Amino acid sequence: MQVTVHQDKCVASGQCVLAAQDVFDQRDEDGVAVLLDERPPTELHDDVRQAAAVCPALAITPAGS
Amino acid sequence: MVVGASVAGLTTAVTLRTLGYDGRLTLIGDEPHTPYNRPPLSKQILAGTWEPDRIKLRTDEELSDLDARLLFGRSATGLDTATRRVTLDGGDSVGYDTLVIATGVTPNSLPGAHHLAGVHLLRTLDDALALRADLRHRPDVRVAVVGAGFLGSEAAAAARRMKLDVTMIDPRPVPMRRQFGDRIAALVGRLHKKNGVSMRCGTGVRRFFESGGRVTGLELTDGTLLGADVVVVAIGSVPAIGWLAGSGLELGNGVECDPTCRAAPGVYAAGDVASWHNDHFGCRMRLEHRLNATEQAQAVARNVLGENRPFAPVPYFWTDQYDAHIQAYGIFPADAELAVLHGELEGGHFVVAYGHAGRVVGVLGWNSPCELRRLRQLVVDRAPWASVAPTPPAVWTGRHLSASIR
Ligand SMILES: Cc1cc2nc3c(=O)[nH]c(=O)nc-3n(C[C@H](O)[C@H](O)[C@H](O)COP(=O)(O)OP(=O)(O)OC[C@H]3O[C@@H](n4cnc5c(N)ncnc54)[C@H](O)[C@@H]3O)c2cc1C
Ligand code: SF4
Repeated sequence: MQVTVHQDKCVASGQCVLAAQDVFDQRDEDGVAVLLDERPPTELHDDVRQAAAVCPALAITPAGS
Repeated sequence: MVVGASVAGLTTAVTLRTLGYDGRLTLIGDEPHTPYNRPPLSKQILAGTWEPDRIKLRTDEELSDLDARLLFGRSATGLDTATRRVTLDGGDSVGYDTLVIATGVTPNSLPGAHHLAGVHLLRTLDDALALRADLRHRPDVRVAVVGAGFLGSEAAAAARRMKLDVTMIDPRPVPMRRQFGDRIAALVGRLHKKNGVSMRCGTGVRRFFESGGRVTGLELTDGTLLGADVVVVAIGSVPAIGWLAGSGLELGNGVECDPTCRAAPGVYAAGDVASWHNDHFGCRMRLEHRLNATEQAQAVARNVLGENRPFAPVPYFWTDQYDAHIQAYGIFPADAELAVLHGELEGGHFVVAYGHAGRVVGVLGWNSPCELRRLRQLVVDRAPWASVAPTPPAVWTGRHLSASIR
């Protein structure tokens, strides 16, 4: 799985961090999401898909499986 | 079958498929567009920085991968729960085994205004594009925003960014008071003033003036006359439940559901239209929040497939106005106590906690997303109020605080 975060769409809601804290973090200054792991291990894929599903800005794309 | 094809309806359908449901699926929605995200309408779309393509919830290809019957541009007009059929606008009807109602809300209108050109509501993409075109049609447009909730506030901010002359009118004394209480409302009011909005709070609209079918101004209940070329009406909304009259469902403030979001055998509701008992807070609620539409739709999809678990989330809401990014978790009762947990109210970065019945029930952040996310746990834990509130007299009530930040 290859994860992409579209920072220009992100609204700093932090839902991705709540869903998968080993994969996402938020920038201190404005809360915009940053990727900690572009290619997360298989056991985190469900959490990443959930992060993408709840992201209110549609800013996360998990490609592949 | 899912009725209402926006975020809650689409998320229900997508989640059903993700969870392995491979039976028949119908998604009915009355808008002509494929499903899109509403929050950017009053922000980037209105300001003109984004075009509609950017807010699609799914590409056409993803929609066709759903393997569902998509009836867009069709509205449901009736429901018969005994025969399990939904009637459509053409008079035809469609049967279902399980129905999910996700028809959202309809904005309130002002009597005697909406036949006039220049008077706008703001709920749909078409509304936003029409308003944007009107705001741009001359550089010296005068804008009146009626209603100082979050929607009116965002519209005012977008119009100010276009350097237009903006007046905001609301019968309540300060903006966004209903949502977050006097304290935060006073700060939002100050933000609007700082950004050049003329605030007319504490007064309503008596009548509109027109010329040739186009609005030219309005008279306020205090007698003030205001010139206006564009009027944005943002005075709240009501659940879109008209089509459910006579269905036998319990309809009050929305479709009334049990804690699992079930309204009747084989009928569920999700998103802005659904009222349900949230066991985490021990009360009934209906939320008009973007994240709730997703989370509730996911919960409904799981429950449709037999999980039957109560939906008991900590609600999340955000709004962006000028340089203020305001986010909140939980509930915000009018008589809650407040305590500052991070930063300072005057400093433009802070988190406040809301206490009610001895517990932390909400946290609100102003330009403090990371701190707020960490402090959310207090609401999840229903932390004792005494553990966060400073000892008296520094425990402020909403009333005392609003006095101190004027
Ligand atoms: C301009 C704007 C800005 C917003 N900004 C924010 C924000 O910053 N933060 C936040 O948390 N929330 C925000 N919201 C709220 C958020 O967008 C809603 O909570 C969310 O859209 C709710 O989704 P829903 O699917 O339940 O309802 P809706 O999005 O209202 O969708 C319901 C759909 O059902 C359709 N429908 C209705 N009746 C029928 C019928 N009889 N037959 C067929 N179809 C029907 C409607 O046309 C609509 O397409 C904003 C809302 C608006 C309008
Ligand atoms: S969930 Fe989406 S909007 Fe929220 S911080 Fe993550 S990427 Fe940004």
